[in-house]
Amino acid sequence: MKTGRKKGDIWLVTAVLAVALCLFLLLWLLPGDGAAVEVTVDGAVYATLPLDTPTTLDIPGKNGCVGTLVIADGRATVTHATCPDRLCVRMGPVSRAGQSIVCLPGRIVVTVVGGTPAVDGEV
Amino acid sequence: MKRKTALYGLLVALAFIFSYIEVLVPIPVGIPGIKLGLANGVTLTALYLLRPADALAVSVLRILLAGLTFGSPMTMLYSLCGGLLSFAVMWLCRRSDRFSVVGVSIAGGVSHNIGQLALAAVVLATPAVAWYAPVLLVTGTVTGALIGLVCRLLLPRLEKLR
Ligand SMILES: [Zn+2]
Repeated sequence: MKTGRKKGDIWLVTAVLAVALCLFLLLWLLPGDGAAVEVTVDGAVYATLPLDTPTTLDIPGKNGCVGTLVIADGRATVTHATCPDRLCVRMGPVSRAGQSIVCLPGRIVVTVVGGTPAVDGEV
Repeated sequence: MKRKTALYGLLVALAFIFSYIEVLVPIPVGIPGIKLGLANGVTLTALYLLRPADALAVSVLRILLAGLTFGSPMTMLYSLCGGLLSFAVMWLCRRSDRFSVVGVSIAGGVSHNIGQLALAAVVLATPAVAWYAPVLLVTGTVTGALIGLVCRLLLPRLEKLR
């Protein structure tokens, strides 16, 4: 292997991992605990619920998918879902600003907002 | 010509097998439809053995075939988004001649995942999926490196077929 190319490879890997590390710090470690979750269905806001109030909400998503969102102990979890893959249930609880639970078949997105400034902000 | 046809067939068949493995091994990310870019290895091999247009044909063909067999229109769209972006990036990296096969493969793996993530952001109409970017960048690098190492071993042998 030509050394010039090897150098290029090393630069590339370093750059990618540096970006990954920055994003990790920015998106995972910096955000503190969120204040609320915003539930959207197909891009439109369906509900906004505070994380400090335990509740249960059934979210009617697209394609007949219904997700059950439970808020307890300052964390939000999709505990049941009628979607075919149930990946949203497997994603477990979220609590930090910017974290989200996604249900693709139901087009449901549960995003933690507020608290220390959320990185994603309003776009 | 006969040999070239055999090579095409071999590549598409290989890609098909990789696509199947991708379905079996889910990526540790909560976004449904996002897959490891194993089949990228075939696009990579094709880029080194065939003309760019033919390599593109091989990768599009495998995405369509695999999508029709194992996936839904949605997963096919994810594959297409990731596959086309990684093809473009790998082609440019190969042409620049600044990277080895392994480097080109890593660039492909990373861009494959970025393409899928970008589509997820559009489909779900939320930038919140950016949260998964670090995971996808690292898994893209690792799968890219592994695929690149395998390709480096395979390429000299396949070149004899050409
Ligand atoms: Zn779901």
